[in-house]
Amino acid sequence: MSLQVENLTVYYQTLRGEVHSLEHANFNLGDGEIMGLAGESGCGKTTLGNSLIYLAPPMKFIEGQVALDGEELPVWDIERMNEFRFKKISIIPQYAMNAMNPTRKIGKMISELLQSRKINYKELLSVIKERLDKVKLPHDVLNMYPIELSGGMKQRIVMVLSTLLNPSLLIADEITSALDVSTQKSVAEMIVKFRDCGCMKSVIFITHDVSILYQIADSIMIMYAGQLSEKASKETIIHSPLHPYTKLLISSLPKVGVKHSEKKLTGIPGTPPLLLNPPVGCRFRDRCPLAFEKCLETPPFVEIEQGHFLACWKEGAPYA
Amino acid sequence: MTARSQKHEMLFFALRNTKLRVGVSILLFFILLTIIGPQLTPYEPNDFVTSGAFPPSSEFWLGTTTFGEDVFTQVVYGLRATFIVGIVGGGLGMLIGLLIGFTAGYWGGIVDETLNMLTNIILVIPTLAVLLIIAAYLKVRGILTESLFIGFTCWPWVARAVRAQTFSLRVRDFVDMARISGMKSYKIIFSEIAPNMMSYLLLVFILQFGGAILTAATLDFIGLGPTNTISLGLMMNMAVLWSALILGSWWWFIPPGLAITAIVGALYITNVGLDEVFNPKLREM
Amino acid sequence: MGRYFRRKLLIYLLTFFVAVTLDWCIPRFMPGNPIDILISRAGLRGSAVQTMYDYYTRVFGLDQPIWKQYLNFWASLFKGDLGISIYLFPTPVSKVIAGAVPYDLFLLIPSTLLSWIIGNNFGAFAARSKQLDNTLLPFSYILSATPYMWLGIILAWAFCIVFRIFPLAGGYSFAMKPNLSFAFIGSLLSHWVLPFLSLFIVQLGGWAIGMRNMIIYELESDYSHYLKTLGSPNRLIRKYAFNNAILPQITGLALKLGEVVAGALATEVVFAYPGIGYLILQAIHNEDYFLLQGCFLFIIIGVLAANFIIDIVYLLVDPRMRAGMQGETA
Repeated sequence: MSLQVENLTVYYQTLRGEVHSLEHANFNLGDGEIMGLAGESGCGKTTLGNSLIYLAPPMKFIEGQVALDGEELPVWDIERMNEFRFKKISIIPQYAMNAMNPTRKIGKMISELLQSRKINYKELLSVIKERLDKVKLPHDVLNMYPIELSGGMKQRIVMVLSTLLNPSLLIADEITSALDVSTQKSVAEMIVKFRDCGCMKSVIFITHDVSILYQIADSIMIMYAGQLSEKASKETIIHSPLHPYTKLLISSLPKVGVKHSEKKLTGIPGTPPLLLNPPVGCRFRDRCPLAFEKCLETPPFVEIEQGHFLACWKEGAPYA
Repeated sequence: MTARSQKHEMLFFALRNTKLRVGVSILLFFILLTIIGPQLTPYEPNDFVTSGAFPPSSEFWLGTTTFGEDVFTQVVYGLRATFIVGIVGGGLGMLIGLLIGFTAGYWGGIVDETLNMLTNIILVIPTLAVLLIIAAYLKVRGILTESLFIGFTCWPWVARAVRAQTFSLRVRDFVDMARISGMKSYKIIFSEIAPNMMSYLLLVFILQFGGAILTAATLDFIGLGPTNTISLGLMMNMAVLWSALILGSWWWFIPPGLAITAIVGALYITNVGLDEVFNPKLREM
Repeated sequence: MGRYFRRKLLIYLLTFFVAVTLDWCIPRFMPGNPIDILISRAGLRGSAVQTMYDYYTRVFGLDQPIWKQYLNFWASLFKGDLGISIYLFPTPVSKVIAGAVPYDLFLLIPSTLLSWIIGNNFGAFAARSKQLDNTLLPFSYILSATPYMWLGIILAWAFCIVFRIFPLAGGYSFAMKPNLSFAFIGSLLSHWVLPFLSLFIVQLGGWAIGMRNMIIYELESDYSHYLKTLGSPNRLIRKYAFNNAILPQITGLALKLGEVVAGALATEVVFAYPGIGYLILQAIHNEDYFLLQGCFLFIIIGVLAANFIIDIVYLLVDPRMRAGMQGETA
């Protein structure tokens, strides 16, 4: 098991009160697993990603444990997490195209960053070059300023940099959202290629676009309104999902490989609940065609089959 | 979020913003003093009420000048000049800046190029030097003339800011909609673009207000202020000219400068406070 | 990059043109005959009136067509002929100004540069903690709201009258003749300290506020956040934020020059410091309009030159500009 998350609960502090954006998340990630994390925007998937690597205000740690390669991650402690960041756990952020210091040459920035982490740049230079080849960038980019590169090139540099120290876990946060369909595919393939050659062990691939996960994910986890709904292998999620929300989400995608904007998902009647004062019980209750009295209690996220986790009273009942 | 609840929220933040409360309180104090001050004193600013410079006393609250004029009376009347310059000078600069900024930002192209060039030119010329020359040639100068001249030279900052904002608003959907529906350009500017930058314009106006006051104070101090009325800058000018320093009449030169600093400082702090109210990102948690 | 420079140069040329034209227009389009006003105000008597009258008529060339007057003005300008000072008759205006300029440079350059450097560091420092920020920020705002001359007056009163540490007026002791002795240089310096301080202190607030706002903005930026997720120490993140925030502050320096010059004028008046500002005051009091025009022109040229230098410095320090430049020539 590469990553074990137990009961992780993280709130957002706002002036109006605490937003319950992630509650009681329980899941595991196997070595070499690429897990797609999907859901509507605002469902807490980015909160989940961020809380694993950089849990800073206004995010507030409530409870939970996270272990990476059997070692506990002090996610609630900004300072102590520094030891793990970059080396053990890394992220390609949503804003990867603006992630480089505009007034430093790429190579200089990387060297200063490595130096600040007490790592020798010169020794790693050959690795950097080798990885640049992998993402089809000339070695010249190291002598360039970010302004001289296209958005896609900058994103690929971030991909190289984030995975440079062969972290156990890489979080890829909406890295395909701003791209056109053909580029999306090549970026997704690069992630797979990096995993295959050991640049990182496992990946959480956050996206609101389920179709891209068909191409690269080993498993898919679906979130709804701050709660985990279902996690299973890609095939199971696509062909035989159990959670009513997953079913609606999958059925709203007509065909594999077609990009869907978030608006399509509103094809499910109703809107997600506000997480400031979330309703008790299953948060999908109000929109769920199968809801019954039991749904006033929060359903546990339990393994109903090998590798298939589900949080639903109705669909989970036969397996209980 | 509805517009109404947004307004409520803004009011809520406005009321609990310390900077805003401090700034507005100081401003209100001085505005009140300007209005009721003349009733508190039996004298006119240039009346000779005693026989020379005396330190503050129960009779003359802020003391008297070398000529025996009452400093408190002069400050109170001088405040009036300060606020007039701020409103008229800052306001006129604002209007010109708005006109040029909207025109340049909305039409773009050659109009923008020309106006932008003009703005940059005026921005580089030290306006005080121009004002000096103009004022030096005018025999009689009133507070309004001074305000007008300041207004005509202080607009480039506004023009730059408004132009940039207009640029970003002009390409938004609702402006496109208005344009497609055949709305007239000036109507689009005033009914679609301007209301969307109201909060921003308020901030800009506050800065203009303070800037005009400081410019006027400098002009007055050099001796090129109004010739027919008292002002805070003029008081400092007289104090230095008539050796208040050497005579140690600190009550003559401290109050006018302190009043200007307090008013302009309060304006700046109000500005920061308002910025925090309008801009949720800056709000303190 | 060529385009950038051509544009800048065009603006400077146009600015110079506009300023000279203004300088020419103002006396001519003010109400009344300028010569009569000048003569009557100058309070000259006897043959001096005739001399001045002839001189003014010749210089203003009022009998010539207006376009000719304008061209003449430019022609004499390029010859360095700014007229004769009335106040210091018969010294040429250019010579009077040349005598005042060193004082200005000596006052303006150190006070502006030092307050820029220290103010920026001060602001970056304030941005570090909420507590520091809450005390330093209001203080900086009050500083930048202080009229230059008032701070000057307060300093003069405190240090010259109350504590008697520094002399009150002039560029050097009236008992001395300019020479290269230590005593004279000491006198120069002791007269310089207070005007320098009042200019330095007021500007400090503005730079600190600007830097603090820029740093906070940079610390919220995407690249700062990315570095944090890579576990980079705060030292590096702050260094990057400072490096990026300093660039707009350089542009800000150019934009502030007009205000700084105005401040210097007022400060020189307070301390009777013999720079351009003091000359202007004398020119106004003595109705010396040629001197006034000359000072104005000189200020414009000075500000334009400083702007140009700042532009070049900006090109040298902003790596993006450099990169762009190489890109074009390559």
